[in-house]
Amino acid sequence: MKVKHAVLTAIALAFLLCPVVGAAQIKIGVAAALTGNAAQYGVPIRKGFELAVREINGSGGVGGTRLELVIEDEQGKKEEAINSFRKLIFQDKVLMLFGPTLSNSAQASDPVAQAAKTVVFGTSNTADGITSIGDYVFRNSVTERDILPVTLQSAAQKTGLKRVAVLYGNDDIFTKSGYDNFKKALQDLKIPVTATETFAKGDVGFKPQLTNIKAGNPDAIVLSALVAEGAPIMVQARQLGIDLPFIGGNGMNSPRIFELAKNSSDNLWVGSPWSVESPTPENKQFIAAYQKAYQEMPDQFAAQAYDAMYIAAQALKKIKLIGKLEADRKAVRDALPATQWTGATGPFRFRQVTGRDGKPAGYDAVQTAIVMMTKGNRYVIQK
Amino acid sequence: MFAQQFINAVSLGGVYALFALGFTLVFGVLGVVNLAHGAVFMLGAYSALQAVVLLEMPLPAAILIAMLITGAIGWLLDKLIFAPLRARQAPHLAPMIATIGFAIALNSAIEGYFGAQNLRFPLETLPVQTLSIPGAQITWLELEIVVLAFVLMGVLLWGLRRTRIGCAVRGLAESPRAAAFLGINVEGVFRLTSVIAALLGGAAGVLIAFYTNAVFPSMGQPILHKGIAVVILGGMGDMRGALLGGFFLGFAEVFSVAYVGSSMRDAVAFGLLFAILLLRPHGLFGTAVQRHA
Repeated sequence: MKVKHAVLTAIALAFLLCPVVGAAQIKIGVAAALTGNAAQYGVPIRKGFELAVREINGSGGVGGTRLELVIEDEQGKKEEAINSFRKLIFQDKVLMLFGPTLSNSAQASDPVAQAAKTVVFGTSNTADGITSIGDYVFRNSVTERDILPVTLQSAAQKTGLKRVAVLYGNDDIFTKSGYDNFKKALQDLKIPVTATETFAKGDVGFKPQLTNIKAGNPDAIVLSALVAEGAPIMVQARQLGIDLPFIGGNGMNSPRIFELAKNSSDNLWVGSPWSVESPTPENKQFIAAYQKAYQEMPDQFAAQAYDAMYIAAQALKKIKLIGKLEADRKAVRDALPATQWTGATGPFRFRQVTGRDGKPAGYDAVQTAIVMMTKGNRYVIQK
Repeated sequence: MFAQQFINAVSLGGVYALFALGFTLVFGVLGVVNLAHGAVFMLGAYSALQAVVLLEMPLPAAILIAMLITGAIGWLLDKLIFAPLRARQAPHLAPMIATIGFAIALNSAIEGYFGAQNLRFPLETLPVQTLSIPGAQITWLELEIVVLAFVLMGVLLWGLRRTRIGCAVRGLAESPRAAAFLGINVEGVFRLTSVIAALLGGAAGVLIAFYTNAVFPSMGQPILHKGIAVVILGGMGDMRGALLGGFFLGFAEVFSVAYVGSSMRDAVAFGLLFAILLLRPHGLFGTAVQRHA
């Protein structure tokens, strides 16, 4: 009886270890929104990961071991993100996983990875509080909280602005939180605000607010809006003869502004972790490789996913996998925080945040935002 | 600043009035709150956009195409929804609920085909010139919208008062049964009204899409809500009321932004609206008894 037990256990163990030891591959999970509304972010994310893995495997893998991606479509939904995480962690037994695409989903699914003591690495989650879920939660996506002050500071230096007016959408969580971060940054930089105006989704005209703003005679307009409203706002401002700079949040950081606010899109300042115009050799190499692989230009999400895979590979190089999933997962977690990497998005390292209980928790990105200004239908890097 | 805000109010009022005209016509004649009017409005914008982008039509032709297509939708709306419900003498809420369904179907179809993102008319097609007067700027487009709102109201009023078909429409609004006794083709006039209202909605959609610079599937929804308020304020079914109500809401919104604060805009505008309805429960031009109600 005892012998039989031992044999069964051995067989079971052999099966368990098979993917790791037998095939000599490191399984890495990806949960991304490949269908649904968030697919516009999830699809480039997947391409960024796949490109990085091909390159890493092409140059001999991690210490001679190939990386293998297991990709799940989480559809941009909380429930599906949780299901994908469970499948990747418990069924596919991945060493670590990337995803999900939206912050909203990450709030729901990251606790699953934390409880299973498996590293989850977000590349596109920018909401506050994601990494305070626990010490297995990492991200290289830079939050608006970090980007907006840099954008403001750079615009203030370059344009010499003394006071600004603020305009934001007050019926949208994202633009409202952008406003909160702007407000704090303005206070920190001691920049006086001449007027704070709001608008709502679906408004047909923004001229009443813009007329108020004009009357206060500011040097620039701080705008927390999505491109859908932001573009008409810029057009209508120019119609009213307001030629001031606009300083926008992440919502305004989209090439669609050139189409939707054509001929009125100049002098918009935004900060971004990545820019197609960034002239570093790492970025040029990435853009060329991406274009060759997919016959299209990469975006910020592809760049961040691409870099994240290299960051993980750097950590994996430092550790010796022993074939015991639990111990190996912990080793990855312990190796990641000290990992540094310079990729398409520039020099990168991690910074530990505190959790809701006040104890040290997960890790956010430390990375300098690239501040850009629009001019003649393209972004021009300012610093 | 006052001059500019005054102009902002006039042009915003023109937008609301233009939308409300078709909306109030359906109510006045068919006695139906047509909640698909916002979707028809959106379809007008998309139709003109396609005509301009794909067929490279000039703007006036694109507006005509948009009116043709939305007019056809108005015909369908009556054929598929209003007429069968009329024949079964369904209560008032039935066609209203049915138009919600129609609007959802239309929105989903457009979203499925074009995607949810904003589109815009190519810049070359837009009249972009700005007219500068002392202390204010107004675009030609804004001016055209305001003028058109007045012209359309005039034409509608004249048509209703002075033409045979207008007489028939008014007779129908009074009493469909009496109109039928007088030999009026009741079903035909109902259908015609639905078509006219829809093509007015389509034209409004094109112009307002130019004004806002944005075409997207749910663009009809916010303006539908404003439109309902305008029509109730003006007196359900009254052309002059729709125009006046539109300008009232435009002025209330703009001047609450100017003198109270933009975060209080809707509270002030709709508070005023409520106050007026307390004084005149049937709206500015409403009669004491709704004949259909």
